[in-house]
Amino acid sequence: MKKKIILAAAMMLIAAGTAQARDQIKIVGSSTVYPFSSYVAEALGSTTKFKTPVVESTGSGGGMKLFCAGNGMDTPDFTNASRRMKAKEYKKCQKNGIKNITEMVVGYDGIAIAQSKSAAPLDLTRKQLMLAVAAEVPSKDGKSLVANPYHYWNEIDAKLPHRKITIYGPPTSSGTRDAFEDMILKHITKHIDAYTNLYKADKVKNKKYKKFHEIRQDGVYVPSGENDNLIVQKLTKDVAALGIFGYSYLAENTDKIGAATIEGVAPAPETVQNGSYKLSRSLYFYIKQSHIGKVPGMLEYANLFMSEQMIGDEGECADIGLIPLPKEMRDHYRANLKALTRLKADDLKKKH
Amino acid sequence: MSNFMNTGKNPRQKQRERADTRFRLYGLTALGLAMAFLVFFFIDIIGQAIPAFHVTEVKVTVHYSDAVKSNYNKAIDHKLRRIVSRGWLRALPAQLKAHPDMIGTSAELWVPTDSRVDQYIKGHDGNGLKPKYQHIVDAMQKDGRVRQVFNTGFFTSGDSKLPEQAGILAAAVGSVFTLLLTMLVAVPIGVMTAIYLEEFAEDSKLTRLIEVNINNLAAIPSILYGLLGLAIFINFMGVPRSSALAGGLTLALMTLPIIIIATRAALRAVPESIREAAYGLGASSLQTVWHHVLPLAMPGILTGSIIGLAQAMGETAPLIIIGMMAYIPEPPTSILDAATVLPAQVYTWSTESLHGYTERTAAGILVLLTVLLSLNAIAVTLRNRMQQHW
Repeated sequence: MKKKIILAAAMMLIAAGTAQARDQIKIVGSSTVYPFSSYVAEALGSTTKFKTPVVESTGSGGGMKLFCAGNGMDTPDFTNASRRMKAKEYKKCQKNGIKNITEMVVGYDGIAIAQSKSAAPLDLTRKQLMLAVAAEVPSKDGKSLVANPYHYWNEIDAKLPHRKITIYGPPTSSGTRDAFEDMILKHITKHIDAYTNLYKADKVKNKKYKKFHEIRQDGVYVPSGENDNLIVQKLTKDVAALGIFGYSYLAENTDKIGAATIEGVAPAPETVQNGSYKLSRSLYFYIKQSHIGKVPGMLEYANLFMSEQMIGDEGECADIGLIPLPKEMRDHYRANLKALTRLKADDLKKKH
Repeated sequence: MSNFMNTGKNPRQKQRERADTRFRLYGLTALGLAMAFLVFFFIDIIGQAIPAFHVTEVKVTVHYSDAVKSNYNKAIDHKLRRIVSRGWLRALPAQLKAHPDMIGTSAELWVPTDSRVDQYIKGHDGNGLKPKYQHIVDAMQKDGRVRQVFNTGFFTSGDSKLPEQAGILAAAVGSVFTLLLTMLVAVPIGVMTAIYLEEFAEDSKLTRLIEVNINNLAAIPSILYGLLGLAIFINFMGVPRSSALAGGLTLALMTLPIIIIATRAALRAVPESIREAAYGLGASSLQTVWHHVLPLAMPGILTGSIIGLAQAMGETAPLIIIGMMAYIPEPPTSILDAATVLPAQVYTWSTESLHGYTERTAAGILVLLTVLLSLNAIAVTLRNRMQQHW
């Protein structure tokens, strides 16, 4: 038995010594990009001599943390994100010696507010949606916050129909939920004084009011599990209800459900691409240039991901739910990839 | 008193007997419920898993033209592209490069279908298969160009983003690597710790403190071991993230207290007279423990270790933290390669939206259960075979 212990100790030492060399790409980051990223990883592994990259779904923030930890071979080569790199994260990367990062956008992710095919058409604004789902909303005079009192849409806005508010949506563990909280709650509440004034009054205690994103728990918003099939079934039975899910799912079930329009625009690849449909976001990945040449296959992976075969209008990623970029944007990022354009701090301030 | 005897049963006696019957019934109900849950679970899982062991194939004409090298879609008829598995198609160019003599020929082959076609043939409402493809498949079925075969790929390939190609090999190999490491580390250390505590250590405040802590460690949530593993093995010792080594060591930490407790109980069950007899014949402490106490305690130690390892095998929570819950389709070839394990694979599949993964999730659970039940069966057999009676 002593031999075994010595053996185990020796193995650990070997491990510590050999952790430097690596012949397999490591990718971390957003769970929203994960399906596409791992799809491309598999295609790379099965059509080239390179090993299939390891793709870990850590969330956008978790991915950035691992990515920016340093240049060592034990850090990931790519990180996926469902939002842009933050200035803070960029600084951390620079501080840890990761000077050269290239940014790629692969496409869009959209959220659809869906309802039964037999329901009357509905048009909502992001603010109305926020008022329907937030845990606390501004009072009538707009000066303070009250627990969400709304149970019918016409209570929020007299122009809306007298229809019961029931919303089936993703649970907290889901990437779609993050997107929903970002695009509908945070985006709106950060511009409403009733929330931000509370934050300004006490920045520590009222931190959550800076970008308020708590969802009501009184049964109006029903978290419905990861299984989107179930939401579709519920929507066909409960005609008044609305459901929230990823755009790709709406496209697969157009025979049973339709979409509510947001600020007059229905979700479709075109409206997402031209930015008129507001419930969408860009999907990114970042390349650690210092690893190119040390880890085999990195450029091949990036090129395959950005290829027309994957992210084009008829590409394989579009087939599994990615909304493609407009043609000129794809070309723009491909040129960036070819030149390995370095991401600068100023770039992150610009809007896409 | 004599009065009671004469009338046979008195009211209190009857009451006690009724309480007795009720008590037995409660027990029986509990057992019945537990059995019902178990049976329901098995029927449900097996019912869902069975379709996963068959895959659909279609007979198509494959043209090995020169153009296939650059565009694999050209190998088959345009309208069949969504019917045939893309995973099979995209392997063609490499095949042609390896066998250049095939170029220019064509063949009638049974090839795997896309998962949506597979689901449609299995009667799962064709989840996502567009009507125009449904018609094509219906027509092919009439011509006898559709068949179902045993799904060997499920056991011979790793994870895939195409459900029809997804298998458990990579996860199974990862589980074996991880578990072997856990065993190599946890069993010797655990047994030696227990021997020291039980046979050599004096009963002091310190040993009692250690004892209480070991008992507590056996009960803490397993995810904490993941954090510990991340801090010690990955961040401090530089073990590669996601590797079987990191997983094995982390799970070894988790299994240690279980093995220590089981070993100590087994050692304690060895009668004191055995030790005294050995000492009486002039044996040293080492000889006493090694030659007499340990062999007698072996069945208990083995049972405890196997149960501890079985628990480690079904564990996922600590492995999320150290990055083993990831898309890793290739089986590891060394303990430093990225690896995933069976329960992690089951979890990954259960979160996929395509219907083809649902049956694979159930099949994965079935495989995991089979392995766990066999491990437990080995533990029971060993115990029965080696048990000593005094």
